[in-house]
Amino acid sequence: MMSARGQEAGSPTPGEGGGERALFSALLEDSAEDLYENAPCGYLSTLLDGQIAKINNTLLGWLGYTRDELVGLRTFSDLLTVGGRLYHETHFAPLLMMQGEVGGVALELRTAAGERLPVLVTSTIKYGADRQPQLIRTTIFDASDRRAYEQELLRARQEADRERDRLQRLVATLQHSLLPSSLPEVDGLQSAAYYHIASRDEVGGDFYDLFPLSRERWGFFLGDVCGKGAAAAAVTSLIRYTLRAAAVYDPDPVTVLETLNTVMQHEYRGDDPRYCTAIFGILTRDGDGFTIDLAGGGHPPCLLLRADGTADFQHTPNGMLIGMLSPAVFTATTIRLAPGDTLLLYTDGLIEARTTGALNAEVDDDRYGDEALHAFARALAPTTAQQAVAALADLLRGFGAGLDDDTALLALHVPVTERPAERGAP
Amino acid sequence: MVVSGRPDGPTVMLAHGFGCDQNMWRLVAPKLARDFRVVCFDHVGAGRSDLAAYSPDRYADLQAYADDVLEICRELDLSQVVFVGHSVAAMMGVLAAVQEPERFAKLVLLVPSPCYIDDEGYRGGFSRADIEELLESLDSNYLGWSAAMAPVIMGNADRPELGEELTNSFCRTDPLIARSFARATFLSDHRAELAKVGVPTLVLDCAQDVIAPPEVGAFVHAQIAGSRLITLAATGHCPQLSAPEATVRAIAAFAAEPGDHSAEPR
Repeated sequence: MMSARGQEAGSPTPGEGGGERALFSALLEDSAEDLYENAPCGYLSTLLDGQIAKINNTLLGWLGYTRDELVGLRTFSDLLTVGGRLYHETHFAPLLMMQGEVGGVALELRTAAGERLPVLVTSTIKYGADRQPQLIRTTIFDASDRRAYEQELLRARQEADRERDRLQRLVATLQHSLLPSSLPEVDGLQSAAYYHIASRDEVGGDFYDLFPLSRERWGFFLGDVCGKGAAAAAVTSLIRYTLRAAAVYDPDPVTVLETLNTVMQHEYRGDDPRYCTAIFGILTRDGDGFTIDLAGGGHPPCLLLRADGTADFQHTPNGMLIGMLSPAVFTATTIRLAPGDTLLLYTDGLIEARTTGALNAEVDDDRYGDEALHAFARALAPTTAQQAVAALADLLRGFGAGLDDDTALLALHVPVTERPAERGAP
Repeated sequence: MVVSGRPDGPTVMLAHGFGCDQNMWRLVAPKLARDFRVVCFDHVGAGRSDLAAYSPDRYADLQAYADDVLEICRELDLSQVVFVGHSVAAMMGVLAAVQEPERFAKLVLLVPSPCYIDDEGYRGGFSRADIEELLESLDSNYLGWSAAMAPVIMGNADRPELGEELTNSFCRTDPLIARSFARATFLSDHRAELAKVGVPTLVLDCAQDVIAPPEVGAFVHAQIAGSRLITLAATGHCPQLSAPEATVRAIAAFAAEPGDHSAEPR
């Protein structure tokens, strides 16, 4: 490695190290001009209107043009594909003029042979001493490999977007299939329902229904399956047909819930237990109103909003979570829905919603809660099924991000019928 | 929406085209503000507009953008507006002025094109394949846009400093919106509307412009009866940036003329 040249150069520290340094400098006899011409990237200088003033050998080689074919004759945008030219004019050039530089923009050059060359382009404006823009300096990197990779990413993203759309359509369809498309018309009864879907990507676990049992009798229910997604949807489906079938067999609410409990125990034994909470009721026509027999299993109590403006929870005490134990205990209660009264059923998404809108697990006292709901109901009464559901739907919307669970609402109301003859009687 | 300039002056409304946002007028608006009341705004989906207001269905063509222009006029109770539309916004102005001519005193069409795609007997400068190529360029260039930053940048008109330090922020657009706006722009054909323009119109084109070549400017001028054509000694599609003085002079002179005399025999 020792060289005479190193000695002759009069290196201040002769020896092996000095010789290496000398070789190093010799190798570095890389003139600025040579670096410019043969750099591993393209260099291009243009006037402010884009006219090519200077271009290096590397870029000429990539493009297959001679210097004389370009300098003073063509503009930078002439070197681009037509689409790239549109992009250059609408994005690149204005940005460059506004910011003085634009970096890392993907464009395609058109070579003399007509082939496309994907490149990454960075431009800066060179300013004179008077801060007046003088020319545009551009570096161009060959991005063929990188572009192929990016296109893969883009394709994967588009694929993911399509899959997500498909999933959301599937979820929406499944969700619809688990809920009644419309509530049946019951003479002398007004009903309304609302379903807030927390996620477009997962089927919710809340359910409700209202269905006829005979000319004078209807069944209804509302509940919540623990969990969500496809597994919860299967449970919801089982619950819905079990409740409907059980009510036809024996329209006693406690018996209906016991049947559901048995079916769920049977169906989901072992390491995949499934539970739900529910209120089940039978409506029986009773003069100008309805008698309602109710049973509940682990579900928040429904609210009765009366014609006289009062409102109270209707408890079905000690009702157990359905599907957990066998035998399970459910208790019944009977109420009367008189003209002007409204019965409101809801799932816990409503009372568990966070009123501060923040999903902050540290704070637990910002849940909407029973008391606030009671006060809301008192302020609302007397009301109708539509009004109650509309008011609560507004309330739910007001929670914004604080409402992170599915929420179902079902309201039943007996309209006040105008009977002037009776009313006029003393 | 930004209103500046002389409150008692005639109103000049500046509408940006496809690509960036109202920053396109940054060299022009302050100069016009000396004599005019200047209204600048971002189209829905661009710049700092409320992205939630954007829907691909509504903004599938230029009519929705023209409706927005008219809505701004109604909201600010504007009449006798001198509407200056750059590029595709020129055609939004044409649609708006055909619909409610009483709102507008004059139109300035800056490098307009009523139809970008070549047709029989008409040269717009592009083929459909070219436009597809542009969409590809849009797909590969998000220009600093990212889903994470979008909520910070968009809809923060009260805190403009939030996005400023980011590079390429002027042209930042949600990639899906950019794609959809590109389609609405470059697939539009409003040649038939030009003849219906009844307000005095100035057509400004550039000596060299790949997007709106000289024959397109001449076509617009020929279709709008009584219009005037001025060709700016500028290169490119953004004379308000590359030749701001000449652009301001042309707009200001035309806008300041008494309205009744602006239509000259050709």
